[in-house]
Amino acid sequence: MSVVVLEGISKQFGRGGTTAVQGIDLEIDEREFVSLIGPSGCGKSTLLRIIGDLIEPSSGKAVVNGKTARQARVQRDYGIVFQDAVLYDWRNVTKNIALPLELAGWSRKRRQDRVREMMELVELGDFGSHYPWQLSGGMQQRVSIARALSFDPPLLLMDEPFGALDEMTRERLNLELLRIWEQSGSTIVFVTHSIAEAVFLSTRVVVMSSRPGRITDVIPIELPQPRTAVTREQPRFFELVTRVREALHLGAELDRAAAEATG
Amino acid sequence: MSAIAVEPPGQRDVGSVWRAAARALLFVAVLAAFWGLWEGYRALWIHEAWTWPFAVDSSTMPHLHDVIRALFKPPSSGTGNKLITLLLHSAVFTAKEAAVGFALGASVGFLLGVVLSQSRLLQRGILPFVVASQTIPILAVAPIVVVYLGSIQVAAWFSVAVIAAYLTFFPVTINTLRGLHAADRRALELMRSYAAPRRTVLWKLRIPSALPYIFSALRVSASASVVGAIIGELPSGIQEGLGGEILVFHQYYSLDPTQLWATNIIAAALGIAFFIVIAIAERLVVRRAPENVA
Repeated sequence: MSVVVLEGISKQFGRGGTTAVQGIDLEIDEREFVSLIGPSGCGKSTLLRIIGDLIEPSSGKAVVNGKTARQARVQRDYGIVFQDAVLYDWRNVTKNIALPLELAGWSRKRRQDRVREMMELVELGDFGSHYPWQLSGGMQQRVSIARALSFDPPLLLMDEPFGALDEMTRERLNLELLRIWEQSGSTIVFVTHSIAEAVFLSTRVVVMSSRPGRITDVIPIELPQPRTAVTREQPRFFELVTRVREALHLGAELDRAAAEATG
Repeated sequence: MSAIAVEPPGQRDVGSVWRAAARALLFVAVLAAFWGLWEGYRALWIHEAWTWPFAVDSSTMPHLHDVIRALFKPPSSGTGNKLITLLLHSAVFTAKEAAVGFALGASVGFLLGVVLSQSRLLQRGILPFVVASQTIPILAVAPIVVVYLGSIQVAAWFSVAVIAAYLTFFPVTINTLRGLHAADRRALELMRSYAAPRRTVLWKLRIPSALPYIFSALRVSASASVVGAIIGELPSGIQEGLGGEILVFHQYYSLDPTQLWATNIIAAALGIAFFIVIAIAERLVVRRAPENVA
């Protein structure tokens, strides 16, 4: 079953303003890991927000879990992770993770059990009583992921979650994310700038170009699962990275041609 | 979002002890410097017989040690008690008025801020009047409040508390409003992704992120409520508070100026005490990154 179905999605900001995305059709199946990649301003974050019903499309239809995007949001069908961890400074790690559970009306006992499970899943050790500003960026992002997964949503939306981290931390968290993806059985839509990251993580990479944002290519990534640090050193990995890079460049050329045509 | 390593707790304690000691030392140093400036200015002006901006003598600028000494003598208004005993009693009385006024003003101010934040229309309609309320001189409002509340059998000290509340609520309302709108955009998106109702967003996100703003208003308001209480006492005929003492020692000023100065010191100390109580409450309530601490 498709977890996400986008049909003819377009989004303009303001009246007669810039077109963020145009004519987007995309289907994402259960258990897929789909990356959206493209230059800045190609509308990949906008697309993610349309799936999450954080913004409404100007036209087109977004179906999530067989419901309208709005119904899916109201029924808490997805968890979201931003580039910044967006933790609440006045809540410690435990309470940050428990936030969505509190809102869903879980009992204290159930919350505690689930938070403990989540802390194990993202390997937060005994940092439960620490406050966000006492943690490194990587740790903060782990808390953010734990919070997004705590209520067991079938869909996880991630908006450049590791964009602000250093390369080492990013690679480690990439591996952990794959492990979490396998364990949780969720579907992931992942926005990124990094070609290598997209190829390494995804089952499919959706290449976008800008002005207006649209899908120029969809590249299946048939690297064997589970992926490990070794995957990054295989020739097939490099071939796919090259493939995505070329698709991005082709998209960029189309941009230029379009820009010249409209003058 | 910087990567701050966790400080080992032991080290932190030692550090805070040193910091506290350094601050105490700094406080004493500033006090000593002020004393030196006062006495130096006084000595220079008297020696040179300068009259600009005002002639300096024992009535315009008494020796600070005379002011302190006056605290431990019986006042010229009679009774065998030391001046400081008298003033401390008055300060307790004024503190009660100020504290009740502060609590009243802070609550009303906070609630008004929350209500106004809920509707732009309400904000546009009511905020101008809230601002206008502060342009009316408190000395003009005070007697009206005292007479009106007196006519419905409200104790005079409570009328004074209401006047203190009048000075307290305004900064709290303004900063509550500002703070409620200052919640992080992403944090709001997160709440939207949970389909959180307005009320929940208010309680779990907007109010906690507004707390630093609210507390900086409360710190200002705490001292303002003391000023409000003292001013409120002047037209209300209350004798027991610091306002009453100021009126009395004002009449004795030409005879002995040190008593009014001494009263000022006690009044200032009361304002500072209010400020400190709020600052401590803030440290206990507001959890935030060290780099954001004011």
